[in-house]
Amino acid sequence: MKKTTAPAPRLLIALAVIALAFLLLPLIGLLAETPWSSLPALLTSPAAAEALRLSIVTSLFAAFFATLLGVPLAWVLARKDFPGQRLVRGIVLLPLVLPPVVGGVTLLTAFGRRGLIGQYLYGWFGIQLPFSTAGVVIAATFVAMPFLVITVEGALRSIDTRYEQAARTLGARPRTVLFRITLPLISASLVAGIVLAWARALGEFGATITFAGNFPGVTQTLPLAVYSALEVSRDEAIALSLVLLAISLTVLVSLRGRFLGGRS
Amino acid sequence: MNPAVLAALVFPLALTACTNNDDATRAITVSAAASLTDAFTEIGAEFTQRNPGTDIRFNFAGSSTLAEQINSGAPVDVFAAASTTAMDRAADALDEPVSFAANSLAIAVPRGNPANIEALSDLTDPNVTIVVCNAPVPCGEAADELFEKNELRVTPASLEPDVRAVLTKVIADEADAGIVYRTDIAAAEQQIDSIDIPDTDNVRTIYPIATTTEAPGQAQAFVDFVLSDVGQDTLRKWGFTSP
Repeated sequence: MKKTTAPAPRLLIALAVIALAFLLLPLIGLLAETPWSSLPALLTSPAAAEALRLSIVTSLFAAFFATLLGVPLAWVLARKDFPGQRLVRGIVLLPLVLPPVVGGVTLLTAFGRRGLIGQYLYGWFGIQLPFSTAGVVIAATFVAMPFLVITVEGALRSIDTRYEQAARTLGARPRTVLFRITLPLISASLVAGIVLAWARALGEFGATITFAGNFPGVTQTLPLAVYSALEVSRDEAIALSLVLLAISLTVLVSLRGRFLGGRS
Repeated sequence: MNPAVLAALVFPLALTACTNNDDATRAITVSAAASLTDAFTEIGAEFTQRNPGTDIRFNFAGSSTLAEQINSGAPVDVFAAASTTAMDRAADALDEPVSFAANSLAIAVPRGNPANIEALSDLTDPNVTIVVCNAPVPCGEAADELFEKNELRVTPASLEPDVRAVLTKVIADEADAGIVYRTDIAAAEQQIDSIDIPDTDNVRTIYPIATTTEAPGQAQAFVDFVLSDVGQDTLRKWGFTSP
């Protein structure tokens, strides 16, 4: 990281302070309104515990699927030239910028009971993904995978490919090269990508409520529980928000900006 | 940042801020229950036609969300809720409410009624996918009351944030049935089928309306317009009854 000792323009510093205050104030507001005395009771209520458990299980599954499918995709994008590559990269990044609710609608058109694939899943096997915990995992994987793909692709592009070439010339098979050379070289970025994808999955709301619905114990994850609680008890909503905030902040601080350049 | 660029960014903001305070075209904000979407949109158009100086901005959502927004200080001038409990939740910020309409429930099913639902009792079948509103929302409150009144054990697949979300799930054929208002059936006739619930088994909900304590005069004018013959006729047209 490059630091400078040159004096900074005053306007720049002033705007930077405003930017930070803008991001920080809502967090301070949340902390100020947190009902600290009743916090333990609010967080250990069966509804909160159930939402937390569901959130952790579904986000871990989503991170797993995002990794299983996202790493190969990142590898292809980084190492192969093929027509329409730019378009493919655009499609991969789309869930990052798409409003999650729109993501949920597109998932319904694909995996809903009337959807392109969903109609066969339902007609042949009786599998109904909306309103199921599997539906939550699908929605979370959809929004989380791009984080993994861009982080891993960036890392794959930045490593020295001569190590891989050397292994190849020494007779290593492509699979051996991948598992013994490539993946260890990008391990730090891979971990960062997995954690980022997991954090995004944990915070997922719009696609989930649109595609998977909202039912305690089945599809009501922590963010959905916050939204539902807001209509009954503001204190409960704030307490649950605090949990999400604490987890997310811990994750981001522990990553120390590794996701930015994808360099390990 | 270049001062000219800064000015270009800030100036339009300042301009919009001014229009809000401009008395020539005053805008009032009406927070209304999701079930009022069609009727109020039409009433709003009729109101602005008769009062060219006043613009109406609608904020449609679940009544409990709207009440929560008002309690948190959202700049709202009129609140029309789908239940008295939702209205009571924001009572401190409101003037005395008046009942302006009534509604009751119906079963919405996808076109062709794929699960062959004929009556309320069919909803207890565990193989039927049912969506209802979340309990704090008036339509969820009413649905719970409906199941209780008819002694039905119904396990919904999802608790939706407002009645339009329930309807959307039925229209998309993701749910076999949804508990919605009779008025929603009228509004979505082209896209769904419905099963009526006889009045003796049904639940009736009352819609109150109130101005917020700091609302301008135009807000009261809008409330009066909703209660006038024109407003009431429009509400009838969309399936509401007298309170």
